[in-house]
Amino acid sequence: MIAILRRDLLLATRAGGGFGLGLVFFLIVVVLVPFGVGADTDVLARIAPGILWVAALLAALLSLDRIFALDHEDGTLTLLATAPIPLETVALAKVGAHWVTTGVPLVFAAPALGVLLQIDARAAGFVMLTLVIGTPALSVIGTFGAALTVGVRRGGLLLSLLVLPLYMPTLIFGAEAVRRGAGGLDPATPLLMLGGITAGAIALLPFATAAVLRINLR
Amino acid sequence: MSMWEYANPKKFMGWTAPVLPWVFGGAASCLIVGLIWGFFFTPDDYRQGATVKIIYLHVPSALMAINAWMMMLVASLIWLVRRHHVSALAAKAAAPVGVAMTLIALATGAIWGQPMWGTYWAWDPRLTSFLILFLFYLGYMALWAAIDDPDTAADLTSVLCIVGSVFAVLSRYAVNFWNQGLHQGASLSLDKEENVADVFYHPLLLAIAGFVLLFIGLVLLRTRTEIRKRRLRAVLRRMG
Repeated sequence: MIAILRRDLLLATRAGGGFGLGLVFFLIVVVLVPFGVGADTDVLARIAPGILWVAALLAALLSLDRIFALDHEDGTLTLLATAPIPLETVALAKVGAHWVTTGVPLVFAAPALGVLLQIDARAAGFVMLTLVIGTPALSVIGTFGAALTVGVRRGGLLLSLLVLPLYMPTLIFGAEAVRRGAGGLDPATPLLMLGGITAGAIALLPFATAAVLRINLR
Repeated sequence: MSMWEYANPKKFMGWTAPVLPWVFGGAASCLIVGLIWGFFFTPDDYRQGATVKIIYLHVPSALMAINAWMMMLVASLIWLVRRHHVSALAAKAAAPVGVAMTLIALATGAIWGQPMWGTYWAWDPRLTSFLILFLFYLGYMALWAAIDDPDTAADLTSVLCIVGSVFAVLSRYAVNFWNQGLHQGASLSLDKEENVADVFYHPLLLAIAGFVLLFIGLVLLRTRTEIRKRRLRAVLRRMG
């Protein structure tokens, strides 16, 4: 499992791996927003946490089809399926690699980009906190979606149609926690729900991912 | 002889052929009687006026939109556990009907909302969860359409349906939590406490029965079409 994780991380960081792409996309979405809604400081500060969350979600979505597509094309996935470790573990390793390459950079980039949106320090802290808790869920759910569409040619659009509805609870609780936290209310409930979704998804979804991979490799 | 024998495609085609006209006939008579009764022979509501009558379309279609997904979930589970092809095809057949029901519920709700709430759309928990349900249906159908091999498609969509159900329920509670509601409470429930007034209640029950029968009829019909398509595919492959 560690070996797979390390291999995927290496592949992502070396040339052509698209490691920085998600981050650049995140930046561009955030830059586009003021052009769309105007540069009014109050408006921007109010919508900044939501924008950061939606942009993070889209950035995570963008890199999903890389998770299995290349391995499927060159046969690595078949090898992994016949390897002595369970496919569920492989799925979890893939999730980990995806999270380290997209989730973690997003967490650290979010407050920096928040400055562009006039976010205040308190809200920025909450955005980081919720992203730390929430992005693993995005990776797990996304890996499931990627496994579903691995056999489909040009499945990128289909992948987003399948995955985005599944992302909704995570987004709702994540953004709600930031809104409450930044507004001085008690953010405990949405934070706990967000953590619950992440923990539940990590515990259960790799089984579904592995089952779907087996079907696709049949 | 067990109930599963009726799921044999040949048997299924056999017993659905004579049953179908009765189902559609029942649906038509329930809908005609229920809707005419509801539209012309019930009084206007004292606050909502004549707009209250959209309830005869809105409530049954909303009910069936959710039940169609439940039926797809059960059919998907049966397919994964017992590998009955008819079950997978029935789930596939139910999805477009479910989408239609969801759309009817959303559209009638919007038409009612304009004069009553002053807006076609509000980000109310119920409305939002229906929109999310609509997206789930679209994803499910898109996955069916994207995969060529029918067995692989059936397997994948079944897993998606199960995972999707969990997330649909999660979304429902998340959305409840996220925003305050504008939508009124349940129109019907099994304990009599919350029901609408009796004058509206009886035609509404008839309209619901009509929608249920219509849904069953449409799903059976579409499943028969899918079975025929599958047979045609097999024949064409044999001919090369």
